[in-house]
Amino acid sequence: MEMTNTTINKRAVIEFNDFSFQYDSQKRPTLHDVNLTIYEGEKILIIGPSGSGKSTLGNCLNGLIPFAYPGKIGGSVKLYGHDLTSLNIFKCSQYVGTVLQDADSQFVGLSVGEDIAFELENDNVPLETMHHKVREVAGIVDMASFLQRSPFELSGGQKQRACLAGAMVADAPVLLFDEPLANLDPSTGKSAIELIDTIAKQRNKTVIIIEHRLEDVLHRHVDRILLINHGTILADMTPDELLCSDLLEQNGIREPLYVAAMRYADVDLSQTKHLSDDTHYDLNGQQHLVKSWYQANRSVVQPIEKEAVLTINDLCFSYDGIHPILDHVDLTIHQGEMMAIVGKNGAGKSTLSKCIVGFEKIDGGTIFYKDLCINDWTIKERANAIGYVLQNPNQMICKTMIYDEVALGLLSRGYDKDTIETKVYDTLKICGLYEYRNWPICALSYGQKKRVTIASILVLEPSVLILDEPTAGQDYRHYSEIMEFLTTLNDRGITIILITHDMHLMLEYTDRCVVITDGKIIADTAGSVVLSDPRLIEKAYLKRTSLYDLAQKCDINDPVAFIDTFIRHEHKESPL
Amino acid sequence: MKIKLFSYNQLDTLIHQLSGLTKLLCFLIMIFTVILTYDIRVLLFMLAFAIVCFRISKIPFDQVKLIFGYILVFLLFDFVLSFVFAPQYGVEVLGTRHEIFSFGGPFVLTWEELYYLSCKTMKYLCMFPVGFVFFFTTNPSEFASSLNHIGVSAKICTTVALTMRYFPDVSRDYTNISLAQQARGIDMSRKEKLGRRIKNVMALLAPLIFSTMDRVDAIANAMSLRGYGKTKKRTWYSFRALQRNDYLALAVCIVIFVISLSIRLFVTKSYFYNPFIGW
Repeated sequence: MEMTNTTINKRAVIEFNDFSFQYDSQKRPTLHDVNLTIYEGEKILIIGPSGSGKSTLGNCLNGLIPFAYPGKIGGSVKLYGHDLTSLNIFKCSQYVGTVLQDADSQFVGLSVGEDIAFELENDNVPLETMHHKVREVAGIVDMASFLQRSPFELSGGQKQRACLAGAMVADAPVLLFDEPLANLDPSTGKSAIELIDTIAKQRNKTVIIIEHRLEDVLHRHVDRILLINHGTILADMTPDELLCSDLLEQNGIREPLYVAAMRYADVDLSQTKHLSDDTHYDLNGQQHLVKSWYQANRSVVQPIEKEAVLTINDLCFSYDGIHPILDHVDLTIHQGEMMAIVGKNGAGKSTLSKCIVGFEKIDGGTIFYKDLCINDWTIKERANAIGYVLQNPNQMICKTMIYDEVALGLLSRGYDKDTIETKVYDTLKICGLYEYRNWPICALSYGQKKRVTIASILVLEPSVLILDEPTAGQDYRHYSEIMEFLTTLNDRGITIILITHDMHLMLEYTDRCVVITDGKIIADTAGSVVLSDPRLIEKAYLKRTSLYDLAQKCDINDPVAFIDTFIRHEHKESPL
Repeated sequence: MKIKLFSYNQLDTLIHQLSGLTKLLCFLIMIFTVILTYDIRVLLFMLAFAIVCFRISKIPFDQVKLIFGYILVFLLFDFVLSFVFAPQYGVEVLGTRHEIFSFGGPFVLTWEELYYLSCKTMKYLCMFPVGFVFFFTTNPSEFASSLNHIGVSAKICTTVALTMRYFPDVSRDYTNISLAQQARGIDMSRKEKLGRRIKNVMALLAPLIFSTMDRVDAIANAMSLRGYGKTKKRTWYSFRALQRNDYLALAVCIVIFVISLSIRLFVTKSYFYNPFIGW
């Protein structure tokens, strides 16, 4: 109640009244019945599954709607009291600075300084003032010593800070972040959330974050969460209230793991305190519930000995012959495993997989497939044994029809027409795409396209499948769909290697986790062990799982076993 | 990527410090100087000058080795073919004839022909180091800003800068796509027949275009959100006003140009300098 009193005195910066929006290309409105007021200095999180309308709402704030994406507006939106339709995109950007989702795609300049300056350049700010202002803003985000550098030489976190500086340079009072955590390793994501929080406080900015990774955003306090689904606002409440409700689960948003664990243990969430604060939450005397749940459900899995399918010995690789990207790597991958390779951006994860499939020529070492040395195999020969799926399906698809796309690899291998048809249909059935076999690919969703690319690799019957960030940018439902699909492939005996930043994924779906840092493997063990080891977490830019803290709060002396118990329980409960 | 093709590198040499505009003008003046003469003395000097510039700019030879190789092969072909198709052209333009060796029929090698072909080859040889220096030492945005300052419209200049900015991205995409397709058996190497190869490369275009379209969409939004197109004018963060060294460099190039032209107009009094007169 205190909160409402203080906000009433504040100035409303954004007001939606019975707002609706329909893209010109759509039959039905994407947003409808939106009523919302955002006050000066507030920090708001907008969450919702893919296709819920949350990005559309964001675009209404910065003017991309209706100025770049035309459509029909109902009701009204006011920015600082001005009706949106009376402004233009440039006026909107004076009020709202936007940091778009993918840092790489929004760099305009060839150097960090130039990129930060872009808005000033367009404003015809004189050279001297511009240089001064750029230095000042770069200082705020701690990038002052990088002004001369090319944005592409930066780490993921630095790229994002450069983008933030670019959005702040013209002093817009509102900052809008569209999925700021996509593509960041866990530790960098955490720092990003901390930086946003610091800037909001120091510079007195109103901050709006659109994101579906709820637990990561809640690392720092937010004032309100807006839950959006089916084009309208379903909830507008404090984080504590929202976490206590059932709304998250109903709308396909993943709740923080420690909250999920408490639910399993039948903790009365409404009796807890500061539930959304991942360090200071208080179970308020219900710790014993968690502990007894753990003791009742505890089980131990026995590791099974398996044959090696890939053996990598003393692998070395560098791009320039000076800086090693992979430094004497030894790794054995077993038949039928589902494993993850994790590590910070640029640690060498993707390079390792490219060396395995032959995209990069290694400088030293040997790679064995079963007991054959594949060092001299061509890319095409290796592809028969080891399939590699790129992160972006658009980079792989080159036919217009699903059938042709999947058949492509077989055609070039000279199979006859009947064999191809049988193989393609079998693969489509496994991938759940059989009923779409005569569809054009452009009619598919992102997740389905991903399946097509997996099918087009799978049809060659490789026994190992390497996937680069298979779930990047996907909401919880699509994430689960893709991962459950990969699990069914794994159950058929295909070895699966996942390269990922997603700690949930690693924890939940893999039995083994290899951690790479600076070209070396620094750990090779179960995910739950990795995420409980502070030394590893720091070295590899990972983030400790909140289940570990919960175990400690509840006086459980074996946090690793607690995490394993939780994961197994969750698999049993899984709706899919 | 093991080879970085055509990427602007940032060093602090005398040539890097020059403004993009200066470099463009010097580049053009030198090209004209070379085009307007067939005087071996001038060409030798220009070649030496170009090599000196190349050395000053500290461009690693490795970076241009590949292209340089292709150029040499091309020049060799040009040399031989020019002789085969017009073995007496040198005699024709110079007006004297000193035979060296006869291959039989019309194929008589003369000093004049050898001289003419060497001059022609040297002309090309001069242009390449100068071109390399221009492309590898010019900051594209700074160059775009110079263009804008001499009156080219801001829109065109921004487009120039953006193209340079996106070139590495698109080439990275292309590498990824082509490798992924090779894994599926689309062979782009010499093992495949030419017709098939062309067809295979065409197959890569669809994914390349689609991923490029994604980029275009994202960048267009990012740019309008940051005020691009608000007015017809803009300022440039990387603009550098012409400094003393820029004027000096321009002066040096102009002097060379004038001397070369004077030699042609007043000393040799012809396009071709003939060293064989009086042999």
